[in-house]
Amino acid sequence: MPDIRIAQTQSQTPPPPQVQAKVSPEHSAVRRFLLARGNSALSDGTFHALMVLCALSIFGIVALIAIELLRGSRLVWNSFGLQFFWRGFIDPATGLPSYWDPVNGHFSALPFVYGTLVSSFLALLLAVPLAIGVAIFLTEMCPGLLRGPLAFLTELLAAIPSIIYGLWAVFILVPLLRVHVNPLLISAFGWTGLFTNENPTGLGFVSAGVILAIMILPIISSLTREVMTAVPHSQREAVLALGATRWEMIRMGVLRNARIGIVGAIILGLGRALGETMAVTMVIGNSPEIHKSLLSNGSSMAAVIANEFAEATSDLHRSALVEIGLALFIVTILVNAAARLLVWAVTRGAPAHAR
Amino acid sequence: MRDQHQLRARLRGIGDGVATVLAVLSTVLVILPLVAIFAYLLIKGAASINLDFFIRIPKPVGEEGGGMANAIVGSATLLAIASVLGVPVGIGGGVYLAEYGRGTKLANAIRFTADVLNGVPSIVMGIAAYALIVMPQGHFSALAGGVALGIMMIPTICRTTEEMLLMVPHAVREAALGLGVPNWRSVISITVRTASPGIITGCMLAFARVAGETAPLLFTALGNQFWSTSLNEPIAALPLQIYVYAISPYDDWHRLAWAGALVLIVLIVLAVSLVRFVTSRGVLKGAS
Repeated sequence: MPDIRIAQTQSQTPPPPQVQAKVSPEHSAVRRFLLARGNSALSDGTFHALMVLCALSIFGIVALIAIELLRGSRLVWNSFGLQFFWRGFIDPATGLPSYWDPVNGHFSALPFVYGTLVSSFLALLLAVPLAIGVAIFLTEMCPGLLRGPLAFLTELLAAIPSIIYGLWAVFILVPLLRVHVNPLLISAFGWTGLFTNENPTGLGFVSAGVILAIMILPIISSLTREVMTAVPHSQREAVLALGATRWEMIRMGVLRNARIGIVGAIILGLGRALGETMAVTMVIGNSPEIHKSLLSNGSSMAAVIANEFAEATSDLHRSALVEIGLALFIVTILVNAAARLLVWAVTRGAPAHAR
Repeated sequence: MRDQHQLRARLRGIGDGVATVLAVLSTVLVILPLVAIFAYLLIKGAASINLDFFIRIPKPVGEEGGGMANAIVGSATLLAIASVLGVPVGIGGGVYLAEYGRGTKLANAIRFTADVLNGVPSIVMGIAAYALIVMPQGHFSALAGGVALGIMMIPTICRTTEEMLLMVPHAVREAALGLGVPNWRSVISITVRTASPGIITGCMLAFARVAGETAPLLFTALGNQFWSTSLNEPIAALPLQIYVYAISPYDDWHRLAWAGALVLIVLIVLAVSLVRFVTSRGVLKGAS
């Protein structure tokens, strides 16, 4: 049912003629004639080839990264295989499970995969409702006067480099969480075992999740805004004409039509969160352990690369880090490709572009 | 019956109100950290910024003062290398997408790949640059850092250039071709020049983005406490220096980190505002 509705809404509103002329795939007849005269075929051909080369370089970059990562991680692939991502070891000295022991040559990416997943999902949990709320406010409720500045502010949030988020998190956010929020979490939810009072520093998964949420909010909300503006006005007007309140109009007319794109936006946010490096490195605590408690120290895939790559002790150690990088590369490519396809499915053919 | 109707109407009204309040609340909650970040940057950064910051190099631990002059110069060097690589290739790719490949499958594939490449974590770019340049050379260098940043600029510049070129009206191109100008000449001197304000702002946006990148520099440019302008040696960079100082245990270094962050954010906000100003004004008003 909803799919049909989307199809209908797109055919109902053809882009205005001016827009159509701008993006028409075919050259006009005049232009084709002028191009076909060919009095400068050689220079034109060279220029064309040069531009194609520049464009193809993007494929080249992806291939180059993939090849270098595959080459660099061969050592670990040969000695551990896929088990690298899930098998732990027993430390002979202490008899405790250990995952990451460069000194004895034991490597397992499990704690980093765990840390990345936990912090990213925590971030999504916090960011998604807020981002959709902001998008609803900006597209449907906001007075026109405020819309520009507010959209600019959320864009600005996206332009702040991650090192500055990290700096702010280390000196402002983490102390704030440690003193005011974490005790509340422990007393309210301590019985679940997810919040325990073992780590007095305030660093850990919760801090990483909160700063990640702040960082991925703008991308989710701006894309959600884009797909929501792509929903045609006739949908809103039809629902309102049936006597719906504004919220019902948003829920039935806008969110339902835009939901595929919103899912795409959320997945794109997830992609950002998975690969985020500096801010997470600074607040997650950097210890290769797996704890149930969200307040304990952990590490993430990007964080361990950032911390150890320049000082890797052996070839195997470096190779293990490259393999973590390769996993990160593949996962983010898949996540981003899926998200782009979903967003395109909704906004393609729609006249409005709100960036 | 009537009561039921009234009750439902009231419930729907309440639901509407609750939704409105939640939407406003979430907007406030999102703006709050932004305000907090800027407030702390201004307060803490302004308190420790002075002339020394711009003209002195870092002092050893325990000595007061010192600045980040070498990091500022280093960042400029890295950005210069990055733009030598990233700007021409990026603009070329954008020209292909907008002028030659319009509507073709290849162009769609390139557009898609560029968008996906934009989402690849920057630390992965760092590993690639490490394997490409640092490994064969055997030492960390400014060149490797610049190349890592340059690779990151290409997809961004490519996409913004394409968007700007698509705004140039067909009539302009046809007028040039009608005068007998060869196609490549018309692309360079007419189309690209018409869209140049937009393309330049697109480049500045990419610039602002990589200027704050730290992760790909960690094991390519590495950082340096001393003056270095050689491309073959490790070089300091503003974000790297901020990182090193932020995780150090010294209060004096923390102050320098805040000052560095303030300088960085001022540069980036300027670039973003300029982009906003140019694009909202309508880049091509004068042209058409």
